[in-house]
Parts: sequence; C-alpha cells; structure tokens
Amino acid sequence: MPDGALPVLDVKGLKVVFKTRGGEVHAVNSVSFDLKPGELLGVVGESGSGKSVTMMSLIGLLPSPPADVREGQVLFDGQDLLTCTPDTLRSIRGARIGFIFQDPMTSLNPVFNVGFQIMEPLRKHMKLSKAKAADRAVELLELVGIPDARRRLDDYPHQFSGGMRQRVMIAIALACDPQVLIADEPTTALDVTIQAQILELVRDLRRKLGMAIVWITHDLGVIAGIADRVMVMYGGQVVEQSPVKDLFRNPQHPYTRALLKTVPGVLGERPEKLNVIEGQPPILMAAPSACAFRDRCAFAMPRCAKENPARVQVGAGHDVACFWDPATNGPRNA
Amino acid sequence: MFTYTIRRLVLAIPVLLLISLIIFALLKFAPGDPMAQVPMTVPPEVKAKMRAALGADQPLIVQYLLWLKQFFIIEPLHILGTMTGYDLVGNAQRVISWQTRSPVADIIAQRMPQTLTVVGMSYVVGVLIALPIGIVSAYKQYSWFDQIGTFVSMIGFSVPTFFTGVMLILIFSVYLGWFPSIYDTTLVVDSWPHFWLQVRQMVMPVAVLALYNAAQISRFMRASMLDNLQQDYVRTARAKGMTEQVVVLKHVLRNSLIPVVTVIALGVPQIFGGAIITEQVFKVNGLGALLINAIYADDLPMVQTLTFIFAILIVIFNLIADVLYGILDPRIRYD
Ligand SMILES: Nc1ncnc2c1ncn2[C@@H]1O[C@H](COP(=O)(O)OP(=O)(O)O)[C@@H](O)[C@H]1O
Ligand SMILES: [Mg+2]
Repeated sequence: MPDGALPVLDVKGLKVVFKTRGGEVHAVNSVSFDLKPGELLGVVGESGSGKSVTMMSLIGLLPSPPADVREGQVLFDGQDLLTCTPDTLRSIRGARIGFIFQDPMTSLNPVFNVGFQIMEPLRKHMKLSKAKAADRAVELLELVGIPDARRRLDDYPHQFSGGMRQRVMIAIALACDPQVLIADEPTTALDVTIQAQILELVRDLRRKLGMAIVWITHDLGVIAGIADRVMVMYGGQVVEQSPVKDLFRNPQHPYTRALLKTVPGVLGERPEKLNVIEGQPPILMAAPSACAFRDRCAFAMPRCAKENPARVQVGAGHDVACFWDPATNGPRNA
Repeated sequence: MFTYTIRRLVLAIPVLLLISLIIFALLKFAPGDPMAQVPMTVPPEVKAKMRAALGADQPLIVQYLLWLKQFFIIEPLHILGTMTGYDLVGNAQRVISWQTRSPVADIIAQRMPQTLTVVGMSYVVGVLIALPIGIVSAYKQYSWFDQIGTFVSMIGFSVPTFFTGVMLILIFSVYLGWFPSIYDTTLVVDSWPHFWLQVRQMVMPVAVLALYNAAQISRFMRASMLDNLQQDYVRTARAKGMTEQVVVLKHVLRNSLIPVVTVIALGVPQIFGGAIITEQVFKVNGLGALLINAIYADDLPMVQTLTFIFAILIVIFNLIADVLYGILDPRIRYD
C-alpha cells in the first residue's frame, strides 16, 4: 500500500448523539480516521462501542430523529458527506460506497425477487436498461459465487440460505463498482464454516476489484487474517489505531490488550478458560470528560478520572488514547 | 395456488351446508307463521291450502331439503333464465316472501343497487382516503398530520354511525339545507340535474360510512407501515441510494399492503350487510333495511335467504383474502 496516497475517505471529529427520552446518548465522540484506496481497515470493539453508528452516520443511514450527527466532517472525494445535498448523498450511496449489514436474513426485501433488488442500483446509478442490468446482475451473482445465477434472479430471498443471502447482499453492495465497501459484521449472524467462506470471498473480491474496505467485527481473530490496519473502538471513541502486525505485536491500550487476550492463541500461551473483560461497557449519557475505560482498567491512574486521553502517536501509523505506557508500566511521557 | 383455491371451494360446501342447517333450525324454532300476514277474513281451508303450497305442512327435514333445492337450484336457474331469456324452471315453487308474496330473489335484486351504490361507494371512498392517510401518518409519525389523523380516526371509530348520521342531517339538511335528509330510491338518473340530485343525496350517507371505514382501515395501514418502516430491508434500500419515494412507496408499501388488502377483502361482505343502521338513518331502501323490516314482519324466508347470502359472502371473501395473501406474499406457498 502506498503510504502517501490520498485517502478515499477522511473522517474528522465525528460526533453522533441520540436524543432519547432518558436524555442524550453520546454514541460516537470525536471519531477521526481515514481510509486509503484499496486498503482494508478493520474496526473492532465490543458490542455497543459505536462501530455501526459511526459507519452508518458517514452516509446518512441513521434515522433522524433520534440520531443527530453533531460535529465533524466526512470527506469523500473532496466532498463533505455531512453537508452535501440529500441528492448528492443518494448518488454516492450504493454507487460509490457500498454497505453490507449484519443480518442477511432481514436485510433483503422479502416481497421482491433477488434480481430486482440487485438491478435497482444498477438501473438508478448506472442508468442501465432492464436487459443490461439483468446481464450485469447475473455477472455479479456469479462473482459472489452463486451457482445457476441466471435462473436464480427470479427467486425470492426466502429461497436462499443465510450465507447465500449475504452473498446477494455483497453483490448488491458491489453492483456499481464502489470505491469503498463498508461491511458491518457481515459474518456475525452466520455459522462458522459459512463465515470462513464469506471471508474468503471478500478477500478474493478485494484482489479482483481493488476497492477499499471497512470491515467491522467484534472478533479480533477475523481481523488478523484480512486487515491492513485496525482501529479499536471503545465507548464511542477510537482508543487505538495501528497497522495490523504492529497491533498484534505491540498493543498499547489496556483495552486492546484485554481484547487480544480474549482471542485464543494470540499473545503467547493458550488460556485455560476463555478470557473475558470484567465489568460493563460505559453508559454514554454525557460527552466523555474522563477515560471511558478506567473503571475496567487494571492500570487506571488518578489522571484517568480527570481527563479524557487524546490520541498520541506511538509508532509509524500507530496511535493510542491512553495515559499508561506498557513499556514502562507507568505514565506515558508525551 | 389454483389447486388450493379449488380445495378451499370444495371445503366450503360442507361449511355452508352446516351454516344453512343452523340458520334453518334457528328460524324454524323462532315464533312466526307464514299466514300471519294473511287477513283474518280468509277461511281456514284456504289458509291450509296456501300452507301446503308453501310446503309448510311437511316434516322439518323435507322442508329443509325443499328450501335447499329452491335456494341452490331453482333460484340460480331462474336468475340464469332471466339473463339468457330462456325459461329454465317452468313454474317450480320459488322462495316466496311471506310478507309480500313475491319471490325473495326478485325483491333482493331490486334492493341490491341501492346498497351497492351507497354502501359500496362509501367502502371505496373509505379505502381510497384511508390508504394515503395511513401511509403519511406512519411516515410522519407523531407529526401534526398524524395527531389529527389519530384524533379523527378515534372519532370515526368510536362514535356510532347513527350519531354521526343524525349530526350530519342536523347540520347539513336542517340548518344549512345543502343535502336532502331522506334518500329517494325512486330517483332515476337520466339527466344532469338528476345526476346532481343523486350525488347530493348520496353525500351524507356515503360520508358517514366512509368515515367509519376509513377510520378502521387507515389505522391498519398506519400500523402495518410502522411495522415495516423499522425493518432492516428499508435501511438496505436507502443504502442502495434509492429515493425516499421509492423506499416508502415501493419497498415499504408493497410489504405493508399485504395484511391491509386482506382486511379490506374481509370487510367486503359488510357492504352487502348494508350498514343496517346507516340505511335506517337515511332511509336508504337497501338490503339492510330489507333485513330489518323482514325481521319485524316475521318474514322468515326473507330473513333466512338474506342471512344465508351473507354467510356465503363471508365464506367467499375469506377465501379471497387468503388467496390474495398468497399472491401478494411470495413467502406463502399453499400448494
Ligand atoms: N436508535 C438508537 N437510540 C438510542 N441509542 C442508540 C440507538 N442506536 C444506537 N444507540 C447507542 O449507540 C451505541 C453504539 O451502538 P452501535 O454503533 O450499534 O454499537 P456496535 O459497536 O455494537 O455496532 C449503543 O451503545 C447505543 O446505546
Ligand atoms: Mg453493530
């Protein structure tokens, strides 16, 4: 990957708040990251850490109300997706940025056949005729490994298995040759063998098509195999970001280290029992004024309760938001 | 789907026979005499002969079979005969109204148009206004439009039609004098002024019933839309870059209509029931009024026939609703 390449996607200081009856939920706080062309960025974090909300807010998929994208910039091809017109955003969604969701069982419309659902973006964005769109849909289904593609265009989602439906979703997301593919836990709802197949498929498609991918997962084991770079999220913030090798070799944030311990076979010895991170994820009823992880952190210092740590550079392309330094097991001097 | 429909139709036969038996038995044990409307001056021997002609002196089971034969064979043949111009039944005994002494089927045929124009029209109008209201209320949930819609539906739903009917008569006929308060069934629409008169006399009864129907159906539509708007496939459609119009009016609406269409189909037999109360309020001389008068006059053949026709319609529209469901929802395979 050329390090100097301009990012296709550049997110700066993103903040998303949900207005609920119980008050405001600060789901995403000052999240910044970028995505280089052709790169695969893994996003990890436990459930509720704001991964989905972050990615959906990029292309305006959050229902508003209750969601309110308060601050930030999402630069895609020189345009800020947060301030552009709804029409511009729609012309980018599904055409230049594709999205795959977690649950393939419910993500397809049950009353339209699969052919129609794949052809919809083709006809809208690429202005293909019905026949051309059908040909392209067949191509796409073959690309994602669905046998007997031409005949299956007329089938409805319920006639496909979960894994096959996820392949259809991938075909839809890739229909218009997007520069960016965002995959939100695309294998979480599938069983293990199917997971491996989908993973293999995406790796293969990436080699063929060369789009940049954001791959959301709560499973670091998956990331190790496919990502170039990893972003770790906790409590609606990015707590560590690093090239994948570096992250596994030299994790900095206590949360990242804890996550790595939950992956069997990573970080030295295989644990007797499955490791879990003790404690509860934070409740985000206010903008963070202290470290969100401190209650569960073995290395918490008085400073962690007073100040929210900013991300600091610790290596080439590696940054972390923490006051503790694993090298010295003391405060980080920066 | 076809074999399913045939199977259901075949299954409907025993169901209808059972219903017919129950209706027959219930009405037989109700008090009432075919000769009740015959003047006292007619001598008893003549009455006995009239009774025999009607088959009223036969054992119950024979009477039942006779009625079945009249209902299922003679009357349909007669209708067919009038349509084709051939005499198919000769002078076989038809189902005769005790009250008017003329065939029940002829009277029903006379009354049917009134009911269909007024009540049928109100159903169509009700559905046509209910669907858009339901769609918009759901899409703009809790907006002022939705709040007003909820309020109006609650009124339409909970205030009985005889009350809204009388209110409308008071306001628009008595005070404002815009519309006639009594529906003139003898009006023949043969000129523009008569057409205009017909429209004016239909406005209030149609409005009352349409409000009632729309209240129900718009609530259904709204609930169904709300259900579907939260589904994951809606997010997928948006992620594909579809416009809100396509997302709502194609993806969501197509799914939401499935249960609503079946509810609409199930409501159709009520049209023939003639919205009994509204017909009374506006003096519409339709099937509802016919049934009520027949009940008051102990006209058992008429009551029996009307009740049974309603039963048949309910069974048929249940079937239609199921078949529609199967057509609209690809996940449902009956065969
Ligand atoms: N519709 C909503 N209303 C209120 N809060 C929400 C809503 N959707 C998400 N959130 C909040 O956003 C936080 C992040 O959610 P999400 O991004 O889905 O997490 P994940 O990392 O598992 O994808 C959650 O903890 C939740 O409290
Ligand atoms: Mg998620």
